[in-house]
Amino acid sequence: MSATTTTQPLVQATDLSKSFGRVVGLASCQFELYPGEVCAVVGDNGAGKSTLIKCLSGALTPDAGEMFVSGDRVAFKSTNDARAHGVETVYQTLAVAPALDIAENLYLGREERKKGILGTVFRSLDKKGMRAEATRSLNELGVLTVQSITQPVETLSGGQRQAVAVARAGAFGSQVVILDEPTAALGVNESARVLQLIRDLRDRGMSIILISHNMPQVFEVADRIHVQRLGRRAAVVTPQSHTMNDVVAIMTGAMTVPEEEQQLTAVR
Amino acid sequence: MASSAPTTAIDEFADKATTMQKVQTLLHRYPWLSPIVVLALLIVIFVFLGQVMGVGDLDNFILPGTISLVLQQTVIVGTLAIAQTIVILTAGIDLSIGAIMVLSQMFMANLAVYATASNVTFLAGQNPVLAVAVGIVVATLASSLNGFLIVRFNLPPFIVTLGTLSIFTALTLILFKARTIQGKEFPDFLGLLGTGFQIGPFTFTLGLLVMLALYAIFSYALRGTAWGTHVYAVGDDPAAAELSGINVRRVLFSVYCVAGFIIGIAAWITIGRLDAASPNVAPDINLETITAVVIGGTSLFGGRGRLIGTLLGTLIIVVLDFGLSLAGLDQAYRVLAIGVLVIAAVAVDQWIRKVKA
Repeated sequence: MSATTTTQPLVQATDLSKSFGRVVGLASCQFELYPGEVCAVVGDNGAGKSTLIKCLSGALTPDAGEMFVSGDRVAFKSTNDARAHGVETVYQTLAVAPALDIAENLYLGREERKKGILGTVFRSLDKKGMRAEATRSLNELGVLTVQSITQPVETLSGGQRQAVAVARAGAFGSQVVILDEPTAALGVNESARVLQLIRDLRDRGMSIILISHNMPQVFEVADRIHVQRLGRRAAVVTPQSHTMNDVVAIMTGAMTVPEEEQQLTAVR
Repeated sequence: MASSAPTTAIDEFADKATTMQKVQTLLHRYPWLSPIVVLALLIVIFVFLGQVMGVGDLDNFILPGTISLVLQQTVIVGTLAIAQTIVILTAGIDLSIGAIMVLSQMFMANLAVYATASNVTFLAGQNPVLAVAVGIVVATLASSLNGFLIVRFNLPPFIVTLGTLSIFTALTLILFKARTIQGKEFPDFLGLLGTGFQIGPFTFTLGLLVMLALYAIFSYALRGTAWGTHVYAVGDDPAAAELSGINVRRVLFSVYCVAGFIIGIAAWITIGRLDAASPNVAPDINLETITAVVIGGTSLFGGRGRLIGTLLGTLIIVVLDFGLSLAGLDQAYRVLAIGVLVIAAVAVDQWIRKVKA
């Protein structure tokens, strides 16, 4: 209530619950993502981070609770549903097909056909157009240091693959990109590149949910930090209002933050 | 180190690439290169042995008659191997291809057989066009049963098709009593694809043309359409395909339906080629199609390979067959050579898949 802005959340979840048999993943969890921000989601193992993200990305259907995108109530039945609402996810496994090339991977599942009879009757793919567009979107993100857009993804380094996966999520008019541990398998230099990529995406107006265990990285790029604990939101803080030690303390339950000291509204 | 231009890790590795690594990268990019090299080598060796060394009857190897026969000999395995390739690209395998083909051609022959012939089975004397159509539908349905079991119950393709191999073989025997129907017992339309025609000194058959047309159509479908990309993606990494929004089950099911249709055409081609329909036409045909696919550079682990490689693989098998028998060698040597080739092909595939940037 302290902030003066009246920005509405782009993605909002209220009272989300999800159980797996007797294991509770989410227990009446709240979540908000504001337009143009990087919101980090942190939490201990088993705190419900993954479950929350899977609900938001359409991979899981919550047992109870409501989700809104741009104020409209949504009920994702699949990742395609989420995608149709502009919510894209980059999975830790990257979800790229290694033997297919970069352009094919960028367009996997939403290939474009040629115009006219070649496309409608013979279902011919517009490979030229897709390659050109793929090159353009990779260049735009400034991540294209690969030799060729027709290179199989398995011949790329870890950071390059990550870039391809991020570029795929950032293309096609998406508004929200969910990144699951994007730097977990990367070296120092490549991690720095990916963090820069996240900032670039934000500067292009995209909203980003970043799941990470890496506190320094979270504090480097996040606008707000959503701390998950025991299946619910323990607090939302900012890198300015709290230290890394504070966040770890909130994660483990050693510290609680009164609601008026939290950052529940938009900061950007 | 001395270079002033900024180099990436990739550039440094690229400079150090040995000849072997270059070969590896090349084969990774063009998996059909190895079968082309093997086929060319075989031809060169047989021609050399025949023309220069005068081994056995190998001097006949480059006669138009031999070449025509080699090509005609590819049609049965070659057509079935198209279906096998598409299935293997999804990281599956089809052991029931031969059984479905036999079931399909026995349907065709038993429907079309003249009603006046002795000891005809049920439903004889139908229009031969209808008979062929029914045969193709039967093959498509039989193969889609494989697809249904694999997709619906998450059963491994190896087990499902091993089971249906027995089921379809038994069904053929139960329905049609293991009787061979000779060409003179059914209308010409059934044997149509065995019809030969001359181009210069060469004799080709309609079946060969149909097979080549199928190769062209399905090469295009696999490389030029979204369906083809999805087939590769599903074989490559089904989890990634699913997360990319591909309906993996639907793609898999469609693959088995398409395979069934191709098997049905192959059944028609086989009747033409042998001028008969027999339930024990080709006991080893399953393994031969898998051999052709593997020698052709398609990975048994799915997601890698080209249809053109399978055509080359089929040619390798047939050329080896002809060459060794013209050289006067025992049939066993041909079997031996095929065995060596299969293992070599899989070893090369394993090596290629380790390629790095």
